[in-house]
Amino acid sequence: MAVVYEKTKLLTDKPLHYCPGCTHGIIHRLVAEAIDELGVQERTIGIAPVGCAVFAYDYFNCDMMEAAHGRAPAVATGCKRVNPNNIVFTYQGDGDLASIGAAEITHAATRGENITVIFVNNAIYGMTGGQMAPTTLPGQVTTTSPYGRDPALCGYPIRVSEMLATLDGSAYIARVSVHDVKHIMDAKKCIRKAFETQIAGKGFSLVEVLSSCPTNWGMTPKEALKWLEANMIPQYPLGVKKEVE
Amino acid sequence: MAKLTIARETCKGCGLCADVCPRQLLALSKEINSRGYHPIDITDQDKCIGCAFCARMCPDAVITVEK
Amino acid sequence: MGQKMLMKGNEAIAEAAIQAGCRFFFGYPITPQNQIPEYMSKRLPKIEGGCFLQAESEVAAINMVYGAAGAGGRVMTSSSSPGISLKQEGISYIVGAELPCVIVNMVRGGPGLGSIQPAQSDYYQSTRGGGHGDYRMLVLAPSSVQEAVELTQLAFDLADQYRNPVLIMGDGLIGQMMEPVDMPEPKQNTNLPPKTWAATGWKPGCGRERAVINSLYIDPAVLEKHVNHLYEKYAVMEREECRWQEEMTEDADYVIVAYGTTARIARSAMRKLRDEGIRAGLIRPITLWPFPAAPIAAAAKHAKAFLTVEMSMGQMVDDVRLAVEGAAPVHFFGRTGGIVPTVREIITQVETLAKEGK
Repeated sequence: MAVVYEKTKLLTDKPLHYCPGCTHGIIHRLVAEAIDELGVQERTIGIAPVGCAVFAYDYFNCDMMEAAHGRAPAVATGCKRVNPNNIVFTYQGDGDLASIGAAEITHAATRGENITVIFVNNAIYGMTGGQMAPTTLPGQVTTTSPYGRDPALCGYPIRVSEMLATLDGSAYIARVSVHDVKHIMDAKKCIRKAFETQIAGKGFSLVEVLSSCPTNWGMTPKEALKWLEANMIPQYPLGVKKEVE
Repeated sequence: MAKLTIARETCKGCGLCADVCPRQLLALSKEINSRGYHPIDITDQDKCIGCAFCARMCPDAVITVEK
Repeated sequence: MGQKMLMKGNEAIAEAAIQAGCRFFFGYPITPQNQIPEYMSKRLPKIEGGCFLQAESEVAAINMVYGAAGAGGRVMTSSSSPGISLKQEGISYIVGAELPCVIVNMVRGGPGLGSIQPAQSDYYQSTRGGGHGDYRMLVLAPSSVQEAVELTQLAFDLADQYRNPVLIMGDGLIGQMMEPVDMPEPKQNTNLPPKTWAATGWKPGCGRERAVINSLYIDPAVLEKHVNHLYEKYAVMEREECRWQEEMTEDADYVIVAYGTTARIARSAMRKLRDEGIRAGLIRPITLWPFPAAPIAAAAKHAKAFLTVEMSMGQMVDDVRLAVEGAAPVHFFGRTGGIVPTVREIITQVETLAKEGK
């Protein structure tokens, strides 16, 4: 018998700390598989965020750095400028990237920093216990928007991919989802494409991955994926937002 | 004929694999692993077609598929 | 180079850094240190492998430093007081992750936006950590452009040796004034430990452990062990790296303690006091941390009193009092807000002490 599917060697043996059914694990695997398939393990440096993925340095089987909250694109910039031949990626959540790190991600993109960003958007702060995120949907209940997010009080969710696609420095921007197998396969292609963009030296690449948070959304893993599909995708349309040839 | 191997100790019993199995061959075990979860079991190995949907859906990379 | 040149303090520091092998600079404009990034932006792109980048903020700049240091680069950033406040988060992470880098603070008046004139009111921030957590930085305080050059070059080696950031604490005057400088030839310290810990790319069997540049230790017992390890390094720094200059302290009745620009003014005052027959001496800390407590304690055995002079409301004076341990009275004179004390003011302070027999 031949192996059809097995865990990639680009993930360490450390069991993931994520809650049952959290799709962070799927996204980790897709990123690891892309690095493995492209044969760039020994050139790759990953930058972990602050948030649920804070321990990502324990899981990706390559050199890693742990950044301060929101600063992963700046850390990646310093790292890439020292060794331009390295393949440098950040892995960031929505609070990290779109709130506290909004300046760092915007300027990394507009500089055309030749790095790859994996942006996990689950519309909530997971690690701290389910507070409102910059990507929380209007009306969505969180622990700091207990009556539902009121745009009149706290504004609207940010569409990061569309925003960064307007910048001349960005080379590849796509939004994908991991709520079913078909979309997981699509997500994999886009993540691979993002790394290929960097390897080709084309500039800044980012894949926004819509992800679930069963624990803080208060749903079963299955319900969470259905909620993602029904509520998040209309707010955050999937697709390749920008691709520079 | 395909073979599914499940790393029962790292499975968190989220059940996402069971939802995507086209043959409905996966179910949570009655047993509990050392971390307190009911791991997933394959109910009828002989009927598995090796599509690996389960493995692709698994957030914890606990499933190996051979064919 | 190796020749005498007339240089502005800021530019001399930048050139000294390049001569010391600094190839990466990340910064953000703020007065009075702008000549450092400007100089770097001219020079670094012309050097193979060199990179100057103007960051979007001081916060981004210090985190670029983190990334560059983590990748094994010789890296520097510079700023002035409000900008250094913004960098504190990153500095704390750099210490936690044990990364080497050099940070320059050309101190200006505060608090808040304060002024753009020289000050020394960031002494607490510099010597007590500044950011969160248990940590120390080596703090070097030059009092001339020549010394700024020498300390800048030393700073890179110390940073690599201890895997800890080194702060060069100047002030607007040190940064802006022009003085003749003897720029040393580039020299390589070959005794420094190799950066086997840097994240430069890894695969199984490549001969080292997978690099993880990190300051997170979620298990309290492990974090305590890590902090103890940092403090073991600090104990070595205290033993090995304390630097100061003494003038005429052997027989001094009145010992002036001052650093940086203020020490130059205090030196003139001390000499004039000697001319008047008052036995004054000067202790000038060159490292603000570790603080040169030993020479101060030694002088306290015979001195009638100490006078600490600072461009602040009195910050280093706390360390002088700790060093003196009550053996003699410790007085303070300072100007703040960007005002530089005069020679006359310092003389008057000491004359008054002598007259009152204090």
